[in-house]
Amino acid sequence: MAVLVLAEHDLGKLSASTARIVAAAERLGPVHLLVAGQGVAEVAAEAARIAGVEKVLVADSPALAELTAEAVAKLLAELAEPYGHIVAASASTGRDAIPRLAAKLDVMPVTDVIAIHGPNRFDRPIYAGNAIETIASGEPKHLLTIRASAFRPAQSGNNAPISAVGPDVAAVAKFIAAHRTESELPELSTAQIVVAGGVSFGSAERFALVEDLARTLGAAVGATRAAVDAGYAPNDWQVGQTGKIIAPDLYIGIGISGALQHLAGIQGARKIVAINKDPEAPLMKIADIALVGDLFEVVPQLIAGLKR
Amino acid sequence: MKILVAVKRVVDHAVRVRVRPDGSGVETENVRMSMNPFDKNAVEAAVQLGEAGHADEIVVVSIGPRQSNDVILTALAMGAHRGILIEADGRVETLAVAKLLRAVVDEEKPDLVLLGKQAVDDDSNQVGQMLAGLLDWPQATFASEIKVVGGGLEVTREVDYGRATIGVALPAIVTADLRLNTPRNAALPMVMKARSKPLAVRPVAEFGIDVAPRLKVEKVSPPAERPGGRKLGSVDELAAAIKSELSELEAL
Ligand SMILES: Cc1cc2nc3c(=O)[nH]c(=O)nc-3n(C[C@H](O)[C@H](O)[C@H](O)COP(=O)(O)OP(=O)(O)OC[C@H]3O[C@@H](n4cnc5c(N)ncnc54)[C@H](O)[C@@H]3O)c2cc1C
Ligand SMILES: Nc1ncnc2c1ncn2[C@@H]1O[C@H](COP(=O)(O)O)[C@@H](O)[C@H]1O
Repeated sequence: MAVLVLAEHDLGKLSASTARIVAAAERLGPVHLLVAGQGVAEVAAEAARIAGVEKVLVADSPALAELTAEAVAKLLAELAEPYGHIVAASASTGRDAIPRLAAKLDVMPVTDVIAIHGPNRFDRPIYAGNAIETIASGEPKHLLTIRASAFRPAQSGNNAPISAVGPDVAAVAKFIAAHRTESELPELSTAQIVVAGGVSFGSAERFALVEDLARTLGAAVGATRAAVDAGYAPNDWQVGQTGKIIAPDLYIGIGISGALQHLAGIQGARKIVAINKDPEAPLMKIADIALVGDLFEVVPQLIAGLKR
Repeated sequence: MKILVAVKRVVDHAVRVRVRPDGSGVETENVRMSMNPFDKNAVEAAVQLGEAGHADEIVVVSIGPRQSNDVILTALAMGAHRGILIEADGRVETLAVAKLLRAVVDEEKPDLVLLGKQAVDDDSNQVGQMLAGLLDWPQATFASEIKVVGGGLEVTREVDYGRATIGVALPAIVTADLRLNTPRNAALPMVMKARSKPLAVRPVAEFGIDVAPRLKVEKVSPPAERPGGRKLGSVDELAAAIKSELSELEAL
């Protein structure tokens, strides 16, 4: 049976996570990639190039412009019948819509999948990643959200056929305003390098040091919850159990203690670098490379050293 | 309006859990338990709506073992009026929790149901969305701000790109994120008073809902250990180490 995968996109561009969840879903069956939204023809064309996609379905409607949970769940429910698996990324849209759909279909979903062992066997983290559950589902249909950072992206170079599906959906919630974080830096959840800062920076102005280092490295910026709560960084930069889960090749944590809720977000990092004045901080203990020092001295010197 | 708040008793968020050596689960014996942190934000939001004159009754409900009384009492001490414990032992999956909550909604007829965005034990992030689906109500998940506007709510949500503000008509489901508010610590007189507030204990069987788990947990394993690495002596060494990482990345 084929797998219905909901594509992630934003501002008219396919998100990097889509190729990753396609690669994961391909292990479950032939992939039908659904692009839902308004004015998404270009996104659909991009989607058709992902290797492993059998066909692209496009649901283009004003009611889907903001991809509200009500509209997306209704759309997926209409399309669900022939599919054995319905898959979305474990990100805002999927987290919001997949459980709603699951309730409508009376199916117990599996969310935040980090490994696929077969059509109905999956790993997912619990307790902020301090334990991994291996689940076997006997449900007739499998509804999944997948953690994109746990999978390698599919290649590109495909030319899958694109067809329109006519959704009978209406938006329920009234969209009032988007408050977007404007940044020219790479997208955090799929970035190859991430530089993250903690509350120890002491102000939003000084947190800009993290951004300076990130710019030097072509990295994305992350933050602890404490730094976000203090107003030094926007909420969408939060890394951790309740923020974004990242798996960069290189993570540099500066002035971050390494609370278990923060570590939950970086367990998939290949290399961890930590800078902290306290050698006993938990992040320092698990770091591959650690430097004890005052961040206000270290970071400017490091930026200069990297530019040399 | 009348508000229903769902609260779960979980292993305290500060406890680092241990996986049992036989892989059957995590050790929960003699471990500190408390109200799921996000549910505290949900209770606080309800109490604040009450204090602002928007809510006249706040009912809290929890599904779990007898000891879940504790978290209901905490919510009552924070200012909720009445509690319901649906007593159930063993693992109750999110879909069954949502169905039990729907049954309570059918009885209580609240205008708003507040939940936490996720329970920090199973980290599911499902129940609020499921309850909204079962009831066919609008949902506003991951809320960091709730305003009463006209007959409905304006909710600001934390999303991947930042924040989004939406308007929902009542009745509705809202799930709380941590930045929604700072939950109060109930003062001792409130804790004493909570004991005299009504708390109904009802066996799960009374609801006639099938709560048998549909997913089989085959095993629970610890995550891969990170052994730690080397400590460097200077910023120059750090710059060199990062440069060598970068050239390795380019080679990949
Ligand atoms: C339910 C729940 C969910 C949570 N979710 C998340 C989450 O998703 N993400 C998250 O990050 N947190 C989360 N938290 C919060 C988490 O528990 C910690 O409070 C938080 O991560 C700490 O942030 P921090 O490291 O910036 O601050 P602190 O823990 O205060 O650490 C500051 C560190 O900076 C160091 N330092 C201070 N000054 C300097 C200096 N001049 N130079 C160098 N080092 C210095 C100190 O030695 C210390 O190690 C959550 C908490 C709860 C209860
Ligand atoms: N057993 C339970 N009893 C009461 N409320 C619950 C229970 N399980 C989950 N909830 C509510 O649903 C929210 C989301 O939980 P979950 O989907 O399990 O991550 C929690 O924050 C609670 O508000």
